[in-house]
Amino acid sequence: MNKRRPYVRPMDGWWRKNPYFVEYMIHEATALFVAAYAAVLLIGLLRLAQGEAAWTAWLATLQGGWAILFHLLALVAISYHTYTWFKIMPRTMPPVIVGGKKLAGWVITAGGLAAAAAASLALLALVWGMAR
Amino acid sequence: MAEQPKTIEIEVLRYHPEKDKTPHTQVFEVPFTDDMSVLQGVQYIKDYLDGSLSFRWSCRMAICGSCGMMINGIPSLSCQTFLRDYYPARVRVEALAHFPIERDLVIGMEGFIEKLESIQPYIIPKEPRTPAQGEYLQTPEQLAKYEQFSSCINCLLCYAACPQFGLNPGFIGPAATALLHRYNVDSRDGAQAERMELINSEEGVFNCTAVGYCSEVCPKHVDPANAVNQNKTNSAADYFLRFLSPKGGAK
Amino acid sequence: MKRPLKRSNAPIFWALFGAGGMLSALFGPMLVFITGLAIPLGLLLPADTLSYSRVLAFVQHWIGKGFVFAVIALFLWHAAHRIFHSLHDIGIHAGVGAKLLCYGLALVGTVIAGYTLLAIGF
Repeated sequence: MNKRRPYVRPMDGWWRKNPYFVEYMIHEATALFVAAYAAVLLIGLLRLAQGEAAWTAWLATLQGGWAILFHLLALVAISYHTYTWFKIMPRTMPPVIVGGKKLAGWVITAGGLAAAAAASLALLALVWGMAR
Repeated sequence: MAEQPKTIEIEVLRYHPEKDKTPHTQVFEVPFTDDMSVLQGVQYIKDYLDGSLSFRWSCRMAICGSCGMMINGIPSLSCQTFLRDYYPARVRVEALAHFPIERDLVIGMEGFIEKLESIQPYIIPKEPRTPAQGEYLQTPEQLAKYEQFSSCINCLLCYAACPQFGLNPGFIGPAATALLHRYNVDSRDGAQAERMELINSEEGVFNCTAVGYCSEVCPKHVDPANAVNQNKTNSAADYFLRFLSPKGGAK
Repeated sequence: MKRPLKRSNAPIFWALFGAGGMLSALFGPMLVFITGLAIPLGLLLPADTLSYSRVLAFVQHWIGKGFVFAVIALFLWHAAHRIFHSLHDIGIHAGVGAKLLCYGLALVGTVIAGYTLLAIGF
C-alpha cells in the first residue's frame, strides 16, 4: 500500500511572510494610482471636449483639498513606481554588453533613473516654454 | 577553565504522513559551536535526539543542491547557513516552501523533474557531427552567453522563493527556464523552436510577475529571473513577428 | 508538462503593460506634479498654463493628441495588467471575470480617449 500523502501548504497571506514580498505588493499597488491618475486625465479630456466653461470648472475641481491630497499621494506612489521599475530592470532586460563585458546592474538602474530625471525636466521645460 | 557548553534551539516543522494530518513544530536543544551549519544542527538531531527526522543532504559544500530548506522563512542551503548567525535566538527550519511536503524536511519534486525533462536539458546539435569531424568549436563570447545559466544545481530555492509557482504549480518556473535558456542560447544547439513552445505556453514565462526574489536567493548567482524575463521578450517577439517570418515562426 | 501546449496570448497584455510602465516611470511623477499640484496650487508655472485655448491648441496638434492618447491609454493598460495579477496574488482567481473587468475597463478608457481626441478635431 502506498503510504505517501504529500501535504500541500496553503498560500494565504504569503505576501505578509517576507519583507521582500511586502515591498513587492507595495510596488504593485502603485498601479492603483496610475489607473486613478489616468482616469483624472480622461475626465479632463472629456471636460475639454465639452467647451471652455466645463474645462475651467474641471481646473477648479483640481484645486479642492481632496484633489490636492490625491495628487500628493499619487506623486509619491508613481515616483516609487519609477524607482522600482528601474531597480528591477537589470533583471528584466537582456544583458547589455559594453566592451566585451556585461554592464553592471546598478549602471542600468542609474541609467534608467537618469533618463526619468531628464524626461521630467524636458517635460517641465516644455510646459513652461509653452506657457511663457 | 572549561568553557560552559552552549546550546541552541532548533524548531523543526515535522510531518509524518502515516500519523500526522497536518504538519506541526517540534523544538530541539542542540549543542552549539560557532562552526556549525544548520545542516549539522539537523544532523545532530537525527543522530542523537530523534532518528525519525527526515531530510535530504549530500555534499555539505553547496554544490549538490540537496539540502535546501526554509531557514527562518528564507529559502537557503542549510550547509552554507550557519547557526552562529542566529545564536542565541531560536532557528526555525521548514521544508522548502511551495512544494508538497513528503515527510518532515523532504519535499516532493516530481513536478520539477517533469519540467526539467520537458525542456530537453541537453544539446540537440544544429548539425550532427561524427567524431572524425572533430569537436564543436565555441568562442569565449559564445560561452559567456550561457555560462551563468549553466551554474544551476537544481536546489529549488528559486521555486521556494517564487510566489507565482506557489499559486500555480503548473508554471514552469525559474530554474527550468534558466536551464532552458542555457541550451537555447548555446551556439551548438538547434532546438530553440521546440523549447520556445514551452516558453510561449500558458505554463510559460508570462506567469512571472518579476518579483525577482528567485535571483536573490540563488546560491549560484544564476539570475533565473533574468532568464525568465529575457524569454518574455523573446516570446513576445515570436508572438507578434511569427506572421512576418517566412517559415511562420514557432507554432 | 501537459501536451499539447496552449499558446498564451499574454504577450499582447504584457507588451501594453511594459509600454505603460515605461511611460509612467519616465513621465508619470512630473505629469502628476504639473497637472495635480503645480497648476492648482500656483507653484512654479504661470496660473494660465492650462488655459482652455492653450490646451485645446495642444490637443488639436497631432503630437499633443498622440501624447495625451498614449499617456491615458498606456497608463490604463499598465495598471489593468498589474491589478489583474495582484488579484491573483491575493487569492482572487476570478479568471475570466477579473480579466474582463481589468482589461475591459482599460479598453473602454482607451476607446473613450481615442474617440474624444478625434472629436476635438485637428
